[in-house]
Amino acid sequence: MKMDKNINVGQPISRLEGKQKVTGTAKYAAEYEVNNLLYAYVVNSTITKGKILSIDTSKALALPGVIEVLSHENRTKLAWFDVQYADMDAPPGTVFKPFYDENILYNGQPIALVVAESFEMARFAATQVTFQYKEEPFKTCLKDNLGLARTAKKGFATALKPPPPPPTGNFEKAYESAAAKVETTYSHGTEHHNPLELFATTTIYQGDGKLTIYDKTQGTINNQLYVANIFGLKYKNVRVLAPFVGGGFGSGLRPQYQLFLCVMAALHLKRNVKLVLERKQMFSFAHRPPTIQNLRFSADINGKLTGLNHSSKSETSSFEDYFEPIASWSHRLYPAPNTLFEQELVPLDVHTPLDMRAPGGSTALHAIECTMDELAYQLKIDPLELRLINYSEMDPSAKKPYTSKALRACYLEAAEKFGWDKRKPEPRSMERGNKLVGYGMATGIWDSLQFPSRVEAMINADGKMVLNNAVTDIGTGTLTVMTQIAADQLGLNMEDVDFQYGDSKKPFSMFQGGSAMTSSTGVAIVVAAKELRKKLLKKAKEMTDSPFKKAEDDQVTFQNGTIFLNSDPNTLVTFKELIAFNKGKTIKTTNMGKPHMLKLKNYSLATHSASFVEVEVDKDLGVVTVTRAVTAVAAGKIINPKTAKSQVYGSMVWGISKALHEETIMDPNLGKYMNSNLGEYHLPVHADIKQLEVIFADEPDELINELGVKGVGEIGLVGMPAAISNAIFHATGKRIYKLPIHFNELI
Amino acid sequence: MTKTTLNVNQQRYELNLLPWVSLLDALREHLKLTGTKKGCDHGQCGACTVICDGKRILSCLTLAVMKNDSEITTIEGIAGGDELHPIQQAFIDHDAFQCGYCTPGQICSAVGMLQEGHAHTREEVQELMSGNLCRCGANVGIIDAIMEVKDGGTHE
Repeated sequence: MKMDKNINVGQPISRLEGKQKVTGTAKYAAEYEVNNLLYAYVVNSTITKGKILSIDTSKALALPGVIEVLSHENRTKLAWFDVQYADMDAPPGTVFKPFYDENILYNGQPIALVVAESFEMARFAATQVTFQYKEEPFKTCLKDNLGLARTAKKGFATALKPPPPPPTGNFEKAYESAAAKVETTYSHGTEHHNPLELFATTTIYQGDGKLTIYDKTQGTINNQLYVANIFGLKYKNVRVLAPFVGGGFGSGLRPQYQLFLCVMAALHLKRNVKLVLERKQMFSFAHRPPTIQNLRFSADINGKLTGLNHSSKSETSSFEDYFEPIASWSHRLYPAPNTLFEQELVPLDVHTPLDMRAPGGSTALHAIECTMDELAYQLKIDPLELRLINYSEMDPSAKKPYTSKALRACYLEAAEKFGWDKRKPEPRSMERGNKLVGYGMATGIWDSLQFPSRVEAMINADGKMVLNNAVTDIGTGTLTVMTQIAADQLGLNMEDVDFQYGDSKKPFSMFQGGSAMTSSTGVAIVVAAKELRKKLLKKAKEMTDSPFKKAEDDQVTFQNGTIFLNSDPNTLVTFKELIAFNKGKTIKTTNMGKPHMLKLKNYSLATHSASFVEVEVDKDLGVVTVTRAVTAVAAGKIINPKTAKSQVYGSMVWGISKALHEETIMDPNLGKYMNSNLGEYHLPVHADIKQLEVIFADEPDELINELGVKGVGEIGLVGMPAAISNAIFHATGKRIYKLPIHFNELI
Repeated sequence: MTKTTLNVNQQRYELNLLPWVSLLDALREHLKLTGTKKGCDHGQCGACTVICDGKRILSCLTLAVMKNDSEITTIEGIAGGDELHPIQQAFIDHDAFQCGYCTPGQICSAVGMLQEGHAHTREEVQELMSGNLCRCGANVGIIDAIMEVKDGGTHE
């Protein structure tokens, strides 16, 4: 059965929701007009560990317009068992339960909720609730508590995030006798996702145990199940909607406490309630954990790696074991006969970390690719050449071929575009006026995931196609990309395709993460569309005197809302005629798309990238500017080069931010973050972002899935921090072993 | 309660507001003009930028009562009816946004900045737009879009 293939797929089509976003009509979680709405405001713990002895709410309750103050003392009845609080992304451990009891587990923990008739009154009343605490000693500093390090507990999440593989060969022996060797320790601080939209929930109380919830989330169904399980509601009575999401970057993978508290207040008061967190409160939950990594790489005189040793210790909370793979990435890129990978967690009195754009990978590749850079200088081999010497077509770690790997093309195309050949090998050898100039490069690698996803696809009486799936579009371009895929599958114009999403009532989608939505829901669309084409052809065969009666699947084409015979394109039937013949009834199908586990069992799956960066470092002030950067990405088929490029641009900006700007600073004496606002948590501004270029390497992949796609949401970040660090070394001759790198370390 | 008159997008609104209601909350919660975004409520992100009496201001750092009788343009008033403002069209063409949450502030800021007339080069535009954060990292597209309109580029 032929389709008019790839008319829209591969085109740089502008975002379909663009007009709504540029005119202010796109509505986010806190922006729905709801009658008789109450405003809630969270009160957070000011101590780091201990117990609440008593709460005085009398002053707050006496204020005009204050309806209720909720806390663990007067909360509604909740689920009994821990497992009922566990969301789809919960790591092993005991999930955090807001308002569960008097115990304080971390600084900033939500401990009371004020509900009032106005936002201003709720906010003021929150300052009038007072607490008596019994404080207990706490531990919040990673580097002071490395003695607590232990391996991670295992659970459901371990399947996607495996612990490092066992050692191979004899690393110590190989390292001892190696011609070249480098030992490094890299560290970085805490980072918070800080999507620009504040976490917010609007709960509409409909009575009879029914709730409609507008929530800031990356997973509508995840949050629907979470609410229903905890508050004892029927799944079908809880509807979570998130048609527009103002950024996620991982922070919305798990339900956050504003959802829990807003729903609790709505159920308790039987009213509609809205709860928006403050920016300061955005630092009171998910974050990228601070990590300390020790690496030892060894090579022979020709630069061939002989040993890889990577040990990582990162923070988790006292109640859950958040684990992101760090230690084993080097061996997925570079072959080496002797490997030793270890990864441990240090439980501290903080909230549980959570996946933040390229979790683990961006942490690991910073350390790995800086260590490779140091090895290159020691061997007097060009850093790019060292990567090519150790290039592997297959995955050395799994000893399997990749379904596709165009990393070599990434290296070569990006190097040429960048002008890597103009680099003088010696550090501190290039200048521009009062600036030291440095060139640096690094490799990126990231998982290529696919989750099961169900899509309902139908042709309606107007001959147009409607698709339903619960997935969100957090700014990645999901709506546009899915519409492109669906249009080509049925041979329709994009304006005749309506992809509906962001609603837990729609067929299943996993939360939007892991750069996996195009492969997950995109493939489900292909599967459903195939079935829908069959049904349409079957209907065409049923028509009186149908010319399609004997037509096999491969003898017809779907184009412009018609089916025609390949042998005679003038013999056609329109979708509209088919539906009319079907007595006006929609023709529809619901199908599951899933990864081909059996077929892919013998392959490794990954996206790759190569980043090349030029920095200028002020000779007197040490200020670093990334003057230009080129990133080449190999990620299979690119459905929409425009939105995909934006994903990589955005990731490159994140790389600049991670390398030079952002860090949440913990005061270990107080156990609290000291810069929980956007003035002191530094993000790059427009003036920090100079020239960025993105290249997509040609990477056909017939194996990975029906679309040949891999996902582009995270890969562009992975190589950037190391490329910047390496460029700074090249400019200044100073190797900085931490992120972010500040000017004071360079003067 | 203080009687306050706000002229927003050429429409006159009479409001009775507590004196500590910010212009941002007055727009979002009282006038239901939710296009103006709250990203930090501290004047640090620029998402709440509106144009007031011809100048860009941060509506979160402004009390509504301070702007009694002022002329305010929000993102909802930037387009001329169904016709998008050239900056809005350029934002779509250059994919100058991803999640869209900082976009209204970026657009109001860009329109205000071009009216101010101080930016002549790309570097100056980058500097004078630096009060508006974009966490998605759409910086390149945002500046490209503004430069195209500033330099009188045509739009399709």
